[in-house]
Amino acid sequence: MDRTQFLLALSVALFALGLVGVIIRRNALVMLMCMELMVNGVILSLVTFAARTATASGAVLALLVFVVAAAEIAIAIPIVLLLVRQRQTLDVGAYARLKG
Amino acid sequence: MHLLTAIVVLPLVGFLVNGLAGPRLGRGFVTAVGCGLPILAFAAAVRCFLELTAAGGAPLVTDDYTWAEVGGHSFPVGFWFDRLSAVMTLIVTGVGSAIHVYSTGYMKDDPGYARYFAYLNLFLFFMLLLVLGRSLLVCFVGWEGVGLASYLLIGFWFEDPDKARAGKKAFITNRVGDAGFLLGMFLLYHAFGTLDINQVQTAFAAGAPLAVSADLVGILLFIGATGKSAQIPLHVWLPDAMAGPTPVSALIHAATMVTAGVYLVARLNGIYQHAPLASELIAVIGVLTAVFAATVAVAQTDIKKVLAWSTISQLGYMFLALGVGAYGVAVFHLYTHAFFKACLFLGAGSVIHALGGEQDIRRMGGLARRIPLTFATFAVATAAIAGLPPLAGFFSKDEILWFAFASERGGSPLLWGVGAVTAALSAFYMFRLLWLTFLTPSRMTAETAHHVHESPPSMTGVLVLLAVLSAVGGFLALPQFLEPVLPEPAVRASLARFETPLLVTSVILAVAGLAAAGLLYARGPARAERLAARFPGVQRVLSGGYFIDGLYDLLITRPLAWLSARVFLRAGDQLIIDGTLHGLASLAQRTATRLSRVQAGGLQLYVLLAGLGVVVCIAWMWRHV
Repeated sequence: MDRTQFLLALSVALFALGLVGVIIRRNALVMLMCMELMVNGVILSLVTFAARTATASGAVLALLVFVVAAAEIAIAIPIVLLLVRQRQTLDVGAYARLKG
Repeated sequence: MHLLTAIVVLPLVGFLVNGLAGPRLGRGFVTAVGCGLPILAFAAAVRCFLELTAAGGAPLVTDDYTWAEVGGHSFPVGFWFDRLSAVMTLIVTGVGSAIHVYSTGYMKDDPGYARYFAYLNLFLFFMLLLVLGRSLLVCFVGWEGVGLASYLLIGFWFEDPDKARAGKKAFITNRVGDAGFLLGMFLLYHAFGTLDINQVQTAFAAGAPLAVSADLVGILLFIGATGKSAQIPLHVWLPDAMAGPTPVSALIHAATMVTAGVYLVARLNGIYQHAPLASELIAVIGVLTAVFAATVAVAQTDIKKVLAWSTISQLGYMFLALGVGAYGVAVFHLYTHAFFKACLFLGAGSVIHALGGEQDIRRMGGLARRIPLTFATFAVATAAIAGLPPLAGFFSKDEILWFAFASERGGSPLLWGVGAVTAALSAFYMFRLLWLTFLTPSRMTAETAHHVHESPPSMTGVLVLLAVLSAVGGFLALPQFLEPVLPEPAVRASLARFETPLLVTSVILAVAGLAAAGLLYARGPARAERLAARFPGVQRVLSGGYFIDGLYDLLITRPLAWLSARVFLRAGDQLIIDGTLHGLASLAQRTATRLSRVQAGGLQLYVLLAGLGVVVCIAWMWRHV
């Protein structure tokens, strides 16, 4: 297994780990972290391809995604904080107000 | 517009004015329109009649309007005024106008005054349409229309469920007969391509091989007549129809509408002359109805019910005459009957008015001194219907019996015998009514007796007029006048010598009925009650009208109700139609309940499903792209 393949497998593993975490964990903060994990998996694959093709645009795109991810988490954390303040819990099940 | 059309249209105008604007126009105006227009129609009818006689009997004909034109078929609306329809029009508008005038007194305090006159005018309009219509189709519109007016007027006081039910019963029973009428019309149209009465009769008279059996058409149309004219087996509605205001009973359920069946058969005599089987049926049904209704009338205790059963019986007489081919004589009896029966009903109305609504003759008596004018007119009409000479009923009834005996077109001693028994019974029950109401010692409560009063002149004036007509109406030789349109049957030569003996016999029978009534009732009802108590079964059967109503209930109404409730309602409506809808609704509801759990705000589930969706998309693209 060469390096590229290894890195890609790692990126898939990170993404899958994050996805499973989002699906099975009920803690809002942990879910956010798992999402970060998924974003990181994607960024890893971006970087891998960028390095392999040796183009500048690939690296730029990877940086761009970093920025977006940072901005996203900067909004998400306060939202979670407000939710916690209102509901006194981090359990996302408690936020559901729809009745099935 | 021809004067003939005006006769028909005038009452319609009255209906529209009173029906649409009556309650806002005040009683004086309603009275003026409601009575004035029928009187104008009567005047127009007299004028037309003079024209007719001046022309020597050639019919006045109008062709007003084409109702519909479909392909090659055209349905014109026109009127036909020959001697027969002239007599009928004069009776309808004349007696009709008199009863309108009487109603102004009788209905004086009723809140539905304008509505009442609107309905009454509507009735006249439809009746005139029926009488004057040139084609059977126009007659049929009138035929249905008088049924509607009759329904509206029987249920005039519709707040009382019994009265509303009586109206419904009359309407539905009539519908059964109307089905026969319709089928007869279909057959005629199918065979001749026209419904013009004159053309149809000419086709029958031509004697060529016909496309349709005269007997079949005759019987079908007669079924229509049994409905409207309350003959066995469709007579059940007429006694109940007495729920309407009394002037309505006089006009519609005695003098005019119920005679429509008689008029129809007489009008179509060109068909019935070629239909021996149908004629025989008519004679038999007629005479059976006559004797049957007369026996029931003997045991009734409601003054209007006695008169109602007597009407059925007299109509039976008319059909007997029609059945033996004596069409003119039937119309003659129709004409005399219109006078004396209207007089009797209006007299009964006057009695009911005087007693503040009491109708039970067991609680009457001794009224002769208290309301002498009503008594006198009622007595004249009673004698007339009983067939005492020289009053109107004697002439017409005697001629019917004579033709029932001797006509070459189906007369037989048996028909005469049954008819003669009926004549005696008629005299008996009518004089029973007279005695119990007016002559025997009073059985009223003191309260009622205190309030007895003679009716206003608008009512008594009409009574006197009708009583005079009942007395002298028979001297008009109506059958001879009608001879050109309604040929009289030949009399069997071998029987001609019996004419005078039969005449004497019928007078004796009438007097015998009078004597029997006098014997039983002259001193009050006690003697008759003792007699009735000895035969309780007979008494029950007679006063219940032979339980025909119960029989129909058992054989028709209940099975129909069962079928409707079980099969159509439960199995059809509730199970199949409602079931399908409810099933679909609950299917949607249950699926939605299941599916709604997916969208209950569970973030993880959303993510899982979104992820699965992505996987499915990718797998699909892998396969297909």
